[in-house]
Amino acid sequence: MDAELTAAGAPDNDPGRIGIGLGMAAPTILRFGSDEQKQRWLRPLWTGEEVWCQLFSEPGAGSDLAALATRAVPDEEGGWVVDGQKVWTSSAHLARWAILIARTDPAVPKHRGISYFVCDMTDPGVEVRPLRQITGEAEFNEVFLTGVRIPDAHRLGGIGEGWKVAQTTLMNERVAIGGVRIPREGGMIGVAAEDWRARPDLRTHELHQRLLALWVESEVARLTGERLRQQLSQGQPGPEGSGMKLAFARLAQEISGWEVEFLAEDGLTYDDWTMRRPDGVDFTGREAGYRYLRAKGNSIEGGTSEVLLNIVAERVLGLPPEPRTDKDVAWKDLPR
Amino acid sequence: MTDGTPRPGAPAPDPDLLYSAEEEALRAAVRSLLADRSDPATVLAGLESDVAYDTGLWRALATEIGTAGLLVPEKLGGAGASAREAAVVLEELGRSVAPVPYLTSAVIAVTALLGCGADSAESAEAAAPLAAGRTVAVLALPLPTAPGAVPDPAVRAAADGTLTGRVTSVADAASAELLLVPARRPDGPALYAVAAAADGVRTETVTPLDLTRPLGHLTFDGARGRLLATGDRARAAVDRALLTGAGLLASEQLGVAEWCLAETVRHTAERTQFGRPVGSFQALKHRMAALWLEVASARAAARYAADALAADSPDAPVAVAVAQAYCAPVAVRAAEECVQLHGGIGMTWEHPAHLFLKRAKSDELALGSPGRHRDALAGLVGIDAP
Repeated sequence: MDAELTAAGAPDNDPGRIGIGLGMAAPTILRFGSDEQKQRWLRPLWTGEEVWCQLFSEPGAGSDLAALATRAVPDEEGGWVVDGQKVWTSSAHLARWAILIARTDPAVPKHRGISYFVCDMTDPGVEVRPLRQITGEAEFNEVFLTGVRIPDAHRLGGIGEGWKVAQTTLMNERVAIGGVRIPREGGMIGVAAEDWRARPDLRTHELHQRLLALWVESEVARLTGERLRQQLSQGQPGPEGSGMKLAFARLAQEISGWEVEFLAEDGLTYDDWTMRRPDGVDFTGREAGYRYLRAKGNSIEGGTSEVLLNIVAERVLGLPPEPRTDKDVAWKDLPR
Repeated sequence: MTDGTPRPGAPAPDPDLLYSAEEEALRAAVRSLLADRSDPATVLAGLESDVAYDTGLWRALATEIGTAGLLVPEKLGGAGASAREAAVVLEELGRSVAPVPYLTSAVIAVTALLGCGADSAESAEAAAPLAAGRTVAVLALPLPTAPGAVPDPAVRAAADGTLTGRVTSVADAASAELLLVPARRPDGPALYAVAAAADGVRTETVTPLDLTRPLGHLTFDGARGRLLATGDRARAAVDRALLTGAGLLASEQLGVAEWCLAETVRHTAERTQFGRPVGSFQALKHRMAALWLEVASARAAARYAADALAADSPDAPVAVAVAQAYCAPVAVRAAEECVQLHGGIGMTWEHPAHLFLKRAKSDELALGSPGRHRDALAGLVGIDAP
């Protein structure tokens, strides 16, 4: 059917290409958008005619996203002028629209002075530069915003309520993780096990012990994901979801590190350092060195493992929070 | 590409990793009994008495709630339930380190007996009092014996059926009225039932690391037994018993780990040093969060093993090896973290943390260490040693 749609000239709505629009922008527009906003944006988002990206993270606001410094200042026509820098933006070079959070009031504590906008990526003040990673390629971009004009009709939610709106976006990001069913030896452990079976000449006892331990952990992570899926399908979501990303990140890093080591001389080579702009992450389609390097991002992107451990400790286990020195301080008075 | 090793076995297509309403009801009954009769202070007080196990607690658990017969078919006087229900009982027993012979008698000995053939008059006759909780039986093998690797029996059966030999470190040996004894006959392996009080049977108790699961050495010196099975059937009955025991031990380990984590979270949220609850320090809360993830993962592994055993899935050996290789170290780590994060109080005899540490460490060795289960897995999933 996909082939027929393509032949008929239909736009490409491959979920890999429009994932951010579908998974993050659409639920937020549905929840907070006016009828006019839904009319304008949702249909071309769904068909893939218009690609979306997300302008949230900044060089100075990673784990502490609410500290963001991109400013949105009212202009004389009732709209907004936006200045600042965003980072780790996938699809920015393809995108027609972006969901954007920016500071509209620096005089109140950080969570309260943020508003949520839809930004036109064709505005002359938007500059997109590829961000090359340790793998050699650029999956992401840096986005520089200089005097970007946004009409007030492109605001989602109230002025100063952007943090609340962003929670909807981020919550939908987390729901998207962990819903997939993985077969036994699916993913990286399967590649490592195949390497082991194919290269008896490289086997050592120590590598054998480590591979078996990783095999066990991968199988248990698979079962934990399966159990979570069963809970969800019975309408009883468990808190395990918050932990799954932690487990998968650590396993991806340990298995790919094992694999480079196991491959000996082949582990010393790299398939290709050419600067490219891939459509997505292809963990099993490339060589071990790529997997090893790309997996380093797994414990950083979408919430660092350290922040996730805080979330589990405080929200799942109910442990007391860290003392917060920035809670009641106006954003402009925070140390930077 | 490949060197001809077998592909990893396929997992069971649709395992049920959750708990049914009936299983939750069973859990509630067992938990409420244990809260009444086996709180940590009671367990601690009973440790240094001369009694091998808490007989009053055992009667209530085994007979009144009826957990002893869960694995026994109804026609033999049992409840006709499955490994899934027995696993829930073991989770609760782990949470209270209750000193009762449930794993040894109601799981391992019962499975060995049923493996001799539910149709055989000998095993049917022996199963009924076990199912009712009136008799405690144990399989006479050292506690560390792993499934799939049962060594040649240490006991020899003469042509006239008398048994001679010595079996060391048998769990709950002193509690047992009936001993199921793997023995070597001139024509091959066999399994015998021997009354613990029979002439020619001597039980020496040893001082165990885990006081809540007593150990004993058994010496047979011309003791008379009833023959239950011979040959492959005897071997398979013993192996199935050990596989079931190892798989369900994972649920006990899950219960041990759960108690340790919950108690550690409770303590560190209350204990104040440097003007704040110690549980608010990231150095501690990250350790507890990491442990929580391990406990959640152990639950999936233990549930899969119980479900695979209940369904008699061909994947059961893999499921059990995975569950043991994963859950045993999780229970140990949870208990070690419990002691450490309690600080000084965790090192005292008065605080029950040591009961869980000793159970967890002893459980790690029981029915095959994690390393042995990983070795077994190598053969099962085609990741061969160099």
